[in-house]
Amino acid sequence: MRLETILNLLIPAILLATALIASAMDAPYIITLATRAAILALAAVGLNFALGLGGLVSLGHAAFFGIGGYAMGILAFHAQTYAPLWGVIEGTRSMPVIWIVAVIASAFAALVIGALSLRTSGVYFIMITLAFGQMLFYFAISWPAYGGEDGLSIYIRNDFPGVNTLVPINFFLICFALLAAVMVLFDRLTKSPFGLALQAGRQNPARAEAVGLTPYRLRLVAFVISGAITGLAGALFADLNRFISPGMLSWQMSGELIVLIVLGGLARLSGPVAGAMLFVMLEYVLEGLSTYWHIYLGAILLGVVLFARGGLIGLVAGREVAHE
Amino acid sequence: MTFKTFAIAGLMASTASMAVAQDVRIGMITTLSGGGAGLGIDVRDGFMLAIDQAGRDDIEVIIEDDERAPDRAVQQADRMIQSDDVDIMTGIIWSNLAMAVIPSATAQGVFYLSPNAGPSQLAGRGCHENYFNVAWQNDNLHEAAGAYANTAGYTNSFILAPNYPAGRDALTGYQRMYEGDVASEVYTQLGQTDYAAEISQIRNSGADSVYFFLPGGMGIAFVRQYAEAGVDIPLIGPAFSFDQGILGAVGEAALGVRNTSQWSHDLDNPANVAFVEAFQAEYDRLPSLYASQGFDTANLILSALDVAHPDDADAFREALRAANFDSTRGDFAFGPNHHPIQDIYVREVVMEGDVLTNAIVGTALEDHADAYAGECNM
Amino acid sequence: MSAALLIEQLLNGLQFGVMLFVMAAGLTLIFGVMGLINLAHGSLYMIGAFAAAGAAAYTGSFWLALVAALMAAAIVGAIVEMVVIRRLYDRDHLDQVLATFALILIFSEGTRFVFGSLPLYLDTPSVLSGPTTLPGGIEYSKYRLFIIAVGLAVGAGLYGLIARTRLGIQIRAGEADREMIAALGVDIRKLYTLVFALGAALAGLAGAMIGAIQAVEVGMGEPVLILAFVVIVIGGIGSIKGAFVGALLVGLTDTLGRVLLPQVFGLVMDASSATTVGASLASMSIYILMAGILLFKPSGLFGGTP
Repeated sequence: MRLETILNLLIPAILLATALIASAMDAPYIITLATRAAILALAAVGLNFALGLGGLVSLGHAAFFGIGGYAMGILAFHAQTYAPLWGVIEGTRSMPVIWIVAVIASAFAALVIGALSLRTSGVYFIMITLAFGQMLFYFAISWPAYGGEDGLSIYIRNDFPGVNTLVPINFFLICFALLAAVMVLFDRLTKSPFGLALQAGRQNPARAEAVGLTPYRLRLVAFVISGAITGLAGALFADLNRFISPGMLSWQMSGELIVLIVLGGLARLSGPVAGAMLFVMLEYVLEGLSTYWHIYLGAILLGVVLFARGGLIGLVAGREVAHE
Repeated sequence: MTFKTFAIAGLMASTASMAVAQDVRIGMITTLSGGGAGLGIDVRDGFMLAIDQAGRDDIEVIIEDDERAPDRAVQQADRMIQSDDVDIMTGIIWSNLAMAVIPSATAQGVFYLSPNAGPSQLAGRGCHENYFNVAWQNDNLHEAAGAYANTAGYTNSFILAPNYPAGRDALTGYQRMYEGDVASEVYTQLGQTDYAAEISQIRNSGADSVYFFLPGGMGIAFVRQYAEAGVDIPLIGPAFSFDQGILGAVGEAALGVRNTSQWSHDLDNPANVAFVEAFQAEYDRLPSLYASQGFDTANLILSALDVAHPDDADAFREALRAANFDSTRGDFAFGPNHHPIQDIYVREVVMEGDVLTNAIVGTALEDHADAYAGECNM
Repeated sequence: MSAALLIEQLLNGLQFGVMLFVMAAGLTLIFGVMGLINLAHGSLYMIGAFAAAGAAAYTGSFWLALVAALMAAAIVGAIVEMVVIRRLYDRDHLDQVLATFALILIFSEGTRFVFGSLPLYLDTPSVLSGPTTLPGGIEYSKYRLFIIAVGLAVGAGLYGLIARTRLGIQIRAGEADREMIAALGVDIRKLYTLVFALGAALAGLAGAMIGAIQAVEVGMGEPVLILAFVVIVIGGIGSIKGAFVGALLVGLTDTLGRVLLPQVFGLVMDASSATTVGASLASMSIYILMAGILLFKPSGLFGGTP
């Protein structure tokens, strides 16, 4: 087996093992950290569809993260207060239903934003995605019904059939299962004709068009899938923290998602997972060192960008191998 | 800390807390970096001054920086409750972080004493027997300003605040007490730094007073620009825009502004005189109202610890309710919803020597309770 | 709204716009000549403001503080260019975004480490304090008029530099064809460092000037950075003229939007909802403007083909 394939199995396995060991040793906080890593990894894998495969640098992906989170928050809020949305739609506390709504809402937003943004390219694309992200951010701040800038607390974790979701390890396993599923999807897609065409469009757009592909449509599909998955992660994040706030839609969050992927390895299957684990661990370790720990984070990020281009996986497994 | 040491520590902590039951662990989550860090630093410094003065060796205070991010605060709260086994929590400055952390903390049996944030939800319907607010309910200082505007004879106020829940609450609070007309009610953008447009509106509005709530850097920018523009209409604000930390950055533009506060460094009671002196000696600066709130919170906790340990929840709670400590505000008493009933003063920004500070010029409200106590079902 | 108020608001929009222009001009120059997206531009703005505050506290003179701001920002800019930025010219935009994002973290925390977390004090010079009366009986702040004047002077200066000096020729040539001018013997490395330092100095100047009427604190540069990006995208990346037009558009849209939108909504809803809706829409208005322009002109008003 190739080194990279081994890594793709090993890295998620490490995450799983960490959580299980922490559960056995009764250290619930470590499980919480692992869950946080799993959810951020899910969001990053989502972004990787657009960024890694499609080459689309979206500085507004936090918009989808936030839409997923707010979908969860709004539904749970209405369930919690027994007051139907707009007098008609009952809230719900069932996770599967919430996930479906989150995915549909973010996919729809991604369709609209993508259709408009993909008409531009290069730095203009980066800027227009940023603009859409900012628009939704300011909208969320000013929307008093769901807390505005204060955000919204959801006091109870939502339900999953047959499982007590308040037990940390159970919730972790739910998130991990979703992460694994999405990673399989990513892998399949990368090697599918769609994925190959998409990557061709990223590597050499003129040539791709010459052989008859339409990069715009390919990218739009990738962007929508990407937004949908990031939205799902947002819903899980809201459940983890039992709290949603406009901060989930900020450009700093968008930047953080990109950082996760790059730290681990762009366009690699488990790059986002490695990056998320690394990031959560760094946060935890560095926080204890000094209140100025952002300097260290910045220095590490700078080092990775300048010297370790392929991220963690690139360091270990070397350059990407051509499709076999 | 590596995972291994942490895991072992976690294991030991859970056994340790059973063995040495008399130790008290206090978890403080506050804002020590980023915008608005001055408030958290002051709360922490005031709190730790009281703890150090008590000289007890059975109290451990764990301090974390929430960086003003709600998800960070939730994470840290989870760690403190799940791993560190804290008995009491405190420290949060901002209402949105408070709403993210407090309901679940109190529901898990932890006592929470707020040294600053006082959202209305937790004073009314969301009140909880484990939650105490030692500072004020968010609306209080604004209500006092409204009352002051009446006694000062203002009948046509221009009011402005940022467009977010605390901003809207501020203007609602002001208008709850204020009896005159409102020339205009303006909501600015959160984080906005240029107020030229609003100041032009004020100049042309015919108002006789301006009430504003713009915390932190927003307030600094507004007051400086207002002074630049040379508009003569008097300014009123809550203490949040004129606390000791901010005055340094605002400068003489703030001179003469009236602001409302439940505390001022020149309050003449023994506890306060001692506090101001000790704070200046320890930290080489004058304390702000946030520091006094931190100091009072710590002393309240210490007074309750003299009666019972938090593990004896009912007794500890009663001791907190009794509030048998020397507050920097003089007499101190809680209302039925665990929020203070207190006097609120009007202060004016003056120059003392070569330091800008506040001096009390009157009392706006006496023995004032908050407007949400009736909704609390405790 | 009276004519006097309208004129005052127009002046406000103009003042906001010219300061955005000073910020954006540096940004667009750097992108146009070197093809580099620089997220750390906001940090240079902040460094200028802090240098000015420090110098003013030490010497008591506002004018020396301005000079200190220019020099500090330019020097920091030059150092950063030589140590970090230089390695990014050949990289793709993603790497540039991330590396300069990392620089933001380093600069912000570094500044907090050196100067502490409380905001600093910087005051306007006494000769410029207070209002003055304009023709028509309008009272306006002297300092804001000064800002407008400086902004226009910077615009004129940049125009002169680009259109009439040797350096300007090199800059224009570099924007048109980077490889060619290297082949023609121009010392690219020095040119790039110079351009970066110039852009940084402009950012520092903007920071110092605005810092005198706002708060000098860590993180003050990021909101302005976002707006500056919106400006150069609207105007067309690489175009100084575009930056000027874009900046005025953004400044006026924001100022007039904040004032007029609540009033417009007040016609159809009650005062308190109108204010909330109007204020919300006003904060989104700049982004709506940018998205709208990009949809019709995908490379901005004066940008070349993408």
